[in-house]
Amino acid sequence: MRKANLLGGWDLVVIVALVAVIAGSSVLVEGFATARFWGFLLLDVMPIALIALPMTLVIITGEIDLSVASVLGLTSAVIGQLWSGGLPMAAVVPLGVLLGAVLGAVNGLFVAGFGLPSLAVTIGTLALYRGLAYVVLGDRAVADFPLGWTGNAIKPLPGTTVPWVVLVLLALAAAFAVVLHATPIGRGIYAMGNSAEAAAFGGISVAKTKFWLYVVTGAVAALAGVFWTLRYASARADNGAGLELTVVAAVLLGGVSIFGGRGTLPGVLAGVLLLTSLRNALQLADVAADRLTMVTGGLLIVSVVGPNAAAAIRARARRRRASAPATVH
Amino acid sequence: MTATTSHPTAAAPGDLDPGGQRRARAARRIFVVRELGILLALALLVVVTTARNRDFLSAQSIKDLLLGATILVVLAVGQTVVIITRNVDLSVGSVLGLAAFATGKLFLAAPTAPVVLAVLAGVGLGALCGVLNGGLIALARVPALVVTLGTLYVFRGLDFSWAAGQQINAADMPPSFIRLGDRTVLGIPVLALVALAVLLVAGFYLRSYRSGRELYAIGSDPAAARLAGIPVGRRVFAAFVASGALAGLAGVLYAARFGTLDANAGNGLELQVVAAAVVGGVAIFGGSGTVWGAALGALLLTTIGGALPVLRIDPFWQQAVVGALILFAIGLDRVLVARMASRLRGRRARGAQG
Repeated sequence: MRKANLLGGWDLVVIVALVAVIAGSSVLVEGFATARFWGFLLLDVMPIALIALPMTLVIITGEIDLSVASVLGLTSAVIGQLWSGGLPMAAVVPLGVLLGAVLGAVNGLFVAGFGLPSLAVTIGTLALYRGLAYVVLGDRAVADFPLGWTGNAIKPLPGTTVPWVVLVLLALAAAFAVVLHATPIGRGIYAMGNSAEAAAFGGISVAKTKFWLYVVTGAVAALAGVFWTLRYASARADNGAGLELTVVAAVLLGGVSIFGGRGTLPGVLAGVLLLTSLRNALQLADVAADRLTMVTGGLLIVSVVGPNAAAAIRARARRRRASAPATVH
Repeated sequence: MTATTSHPTAAAPGDLDPGGQRRARAARRIFVVRELGILLALALLVVVTTARNRDFLSAQSIKDLLLGATILVVLAVGQTVVIITRNVDLSVGSVLGLAAFATGKLFLAAPTAPVVLAVLAGVGLGALCGVLNGGLIALARVPALVVTLGTLYVFRGLDFSWAAGQQINAADMPPSFIRLGDRTVLGIPVLALVALAVLLVAGFYLRSYRSGRELYAIGSDPAAARLAGIPVGRRVFAAFVASGALAGLAGVLYAARFGTLDANAGNGLELQVVAAAVVGGVAIFGGSGTVWGAALGALLLTTIGGALPVLRIDPFWQQAVVGALILFAIGLDRVLVARMASRLRGRRARGAQG
């Protein structure tokens, strides 16, 4: 259905823009085209890219999950508390991911089970989960994680500066891409994004799919929380605050329609990379960090106005072509 | 028109069945009950807290609560106007920050400027931001969530580059302006009276003006509204300009109240504002809800923040309580809408028989 334009339209524009930014920055910004810089950039990309994967699927179904950064923060707070309570890391980490799945299931229950609007539900759980993170950890920070774990989280692949966790990201990205673009589940996700009613008549279990998508989103956000905690060797209740908007911005920039039914994973990954590499390049070029938010916002607006304007121009051209022979008669 | 009907036109024209009208009135009453519900929750909270500590109802404490709620109420009114049209404005926190900093800058440049000028400048700047939002949404036909998420970043970035790390303090602004922050009339803070005035005007407009009613119609069903001849684009545009102007006003109020201004003013406020509206019974998908409800929602959220320490509950619980309240509120709305829908269905069935 959408396979034909897997890499057509906006995704292609984003990928071209990404290549242009990388090429331009390599020439113009000193230190951009170095292995060291890219090692850091890839570590920065990790949490955003991880959460963007399931978020893409959620938004394509026509829903949204704004609670992801709070799931990240609550997971961070809980694994900090469990570790300082004496549990071994090998138990703490899986428990953290499991917690994320449960938090996602709560979202799923409200959205898919009770049929409540996901925007409102996840604004509620955004506050609830972040609040619980403060209840768990207060304003304390747990920082005495074992060096073996914190060191391993940022360890590069042998002989390179590429962090090994990128392999985890690539494996997950491949799995999500296959599900979305090559399975009946994926086609169902597009179908319910275009029309939930029609999808239900077509025999797709809309509620069940959405519920499990929220569970997966929670688990992946928790995984990002584990990574965040280990990378900065610090569990805090405010870890990742505000990240939800960055993730949504990256997904939309990658060509996913906020109304659902449209978008591809390669486009989203390009969007995430475009956003992060442009920001890091400008940072390297000494543009004040807080002004970089304008880049995020500007790109986001262009990403929605651009395709719309292109469609409007195409439609006008089509109308003109269609009306031309009519005037001859 | 599903889920709309806090307004009179919900009783369909040509409905001559008096029983049906009675039922439609009953359905409308549910929404009055919805706002009474928040009022009840608020009263309960105040009573319980006061029982724990008599001082919670002292003049000073009430003044603090009202002052605390002022900015959130003004923003929630603007947000309600937008949400009713089935849109959302996430940029209000950034617009507030921009207007607050502009107020400080204005007084730095012209220390003798009258307060009215500062208010006009703040409102004007906010309206300008609203014009940008509304223009993109109504003319370029792009989703409000995306545009205002974008301008949230853009306006905040502008604020940062304008401020460039500068902080403006109360000493830099005229005393007459700063004194506005805690002056009271009959024990009510002047700033809270400003919020009340905004609330009254917006409430009256949405209830009694044709264009106000049209905002509800647009939110109920944009396509049907367009077919009915309502200038949807123009109305939505105006709603965003109003939301921006009110966020600008909130920025001026913020400057008067806190006196200390940097580029972080109002950061992250947008979700709290949407939360206030949702708790107040404004449906996130438009077409239903009132500014009264949203204002009560804002007041309830603020009062929870003030009550927790008095109730000796760890203030770290505040955000969690707010989150739980939002979930409860949307759940409650769903139940009420379902009940109302079944009543309206009952009316239609009767009409078909007769």
